[in-house]
Amino acid sequence: MLKFTEEHEWLKIEGGVATVGITNYAVEQLGDLVFVELPEVGASFSKNDDAATVESVKAASEVYCPLDGEITEVNEAITADPSLVNSDPQGAGWFFKLKLKNPADADGLLDEAAYKELTA
Amino acid sequence: MDDTAALKNTPLHALHLLLGARMVPFAGYDMPVQYPAGVLKEHLQTRAAAGLFDVSHMGQVIVKAKSGKYEDVALALESLVPVDILGLAEGRQRYGFFTDENGGILDDLMIAHLDDHLFVVVNAACKEADVAHMQKHIGDRCDITLLDRALVALQGPRAVDVLAELWADVAAMKFMDVRHCRLHDVSCLVSRSGYSGEDGYEISIPADKAEDVAKRLLEHPDAQPIGLGARDSLRLEAGLCLYGNDIDTTTTPVEAALEWAMQKTRRTGGARAGGFPGAERILRELDNGATRRRVGLKPEGKAPVRGHSKLYADAEGRTEIGEVTSGGFGPSVDGPVAIGYVPVSHASVGTQIYAEVRGKYLPVTVSAMPFITPTYKR
Repeated sequence: MLKFTEEHEWLKIEGGVATVGITNYAVEQLGDLVFVELPEVGASFSKNDDAATVESVKAASEVYCPLDGEITEVNEAITADPSLVNSDPQGAGWFFKLKLKNPADADGLLDEAAYKELTA
Repeated sequence: MDDTAALKNTPLHALHLLLGARMVPFAGYDMPVQYPAGVLKEHLQTRAAAGLFDVSHMGQVIVKAKSGKYEDVALALESLVPVDILGLAEGRQRYGFFTDENGGILDDLMIAHLDDHLFVVVNAACKEADVAHMQKHIGDRCDITLLDRALVALQGPRAVDVLAELWADVAAMKFMDVRHCRLHDVSCLVSRSGYSGEDGYEISIPADKAEDVAKRLLEHPDAQPIGLGARDSLRLEAGLCLYGNDIDTTTTPVEAALEWAMQKTRRTGGARAGGFPGAERILRELDNGATRRRVGLKPEGKAPVRGHSKLYADAEGRTEIGEVTSGGFGPSVDGPVAIGYVPVSHASVGTQIYAEVRGKYLPVTVSAMPFITPTYKR
């Protein structure tokens, strides 16, 4: 099941590891992405730390770490071709995998219905 | 307070909404930042074919001598700009700037010689101040009228073909020519100019006919509407100054590398040398050079280096030497490009310096501008 943050990240949680990306809504707001900077594998972040950066033609934006955890994998395909995030933000355009420190914290995030209401 | 409540609309506002534009506040106007195609495609469309921009927020001003003589209005305006206006042929325009007593730049503008008067286009955010400035200094000799007209820019290698559908004579115009014409019975003023680095035209249109003319231009398969986002990346690649970013009252024309806009006749030894605000400093810098210089910057790698990023002489960030004034991603360059100020010791093309981006010091190389090859029809 997908979870969402109010800062427009999505998480797909499987076995205590979250695959994290930015939502369709976020990508529409940002426009064409031209640069993505990803965290290093092995780095630990707390919730709301800056974990990645995306830049459109016009401006830079931060991608926040949605929960406490450690980066176990990053999607190098989107640094090579940032337009993947535009074309498939909630699929091939994922950013990183995060081993959650406290998987139960995910309960505090938004579900799909609540996120849809937020961005309606 | 609702910020959008006080925003003004241009005569093309309804058309922007019809075309699906995303609107943003800009210089007091509700303006299109992009259309559904997006900034990247709009930028490349303008370089490959033709893009139509609404620049109606800019100020269009008629300056006419009370005597009715061109010579009188030309000399009056020369008291405010370091540019040869008297020698400007009828039907021609040139770039210039208002300077202040310290040699700083109050605004940059386009100045056209039409019949017995001047037609001046100034920046949106400065237009009221510019009119007040002219009233104060030359208002006793000249009538200054801010027009209520629309202005569109049609830019790109196919702009000539698009506009020729409405007025065939447009192809005979050279870069910086200005002509009165009728576009489908609408009385317009056309100049072969723009701010994208491409060949193209700016078209001044009566406000109530603007939507009609814009729609006719957009009927052409080579023309697409372009928003402020691509307008900024196009002018950045062209190495052109954005007032408020790259030039302002803290920068002089020589620091800004705008000597080309100051003709010999207004410089030391010229027939009408000086006589404009800040002349002492500007002439001294023209003769001896300034201590810092606006330069093009090409960051290595893919990360854009944005405006206000600090510039350093060394990779450790010990010696700060300047600042980026405009920077972003250049879709035609397919990489980051920037404009900034550095000391003349670091201003030669090829000099490697460093820009601070999110705590890292990224190598950037001082580069010739423009970053693209312009297609002006000189």
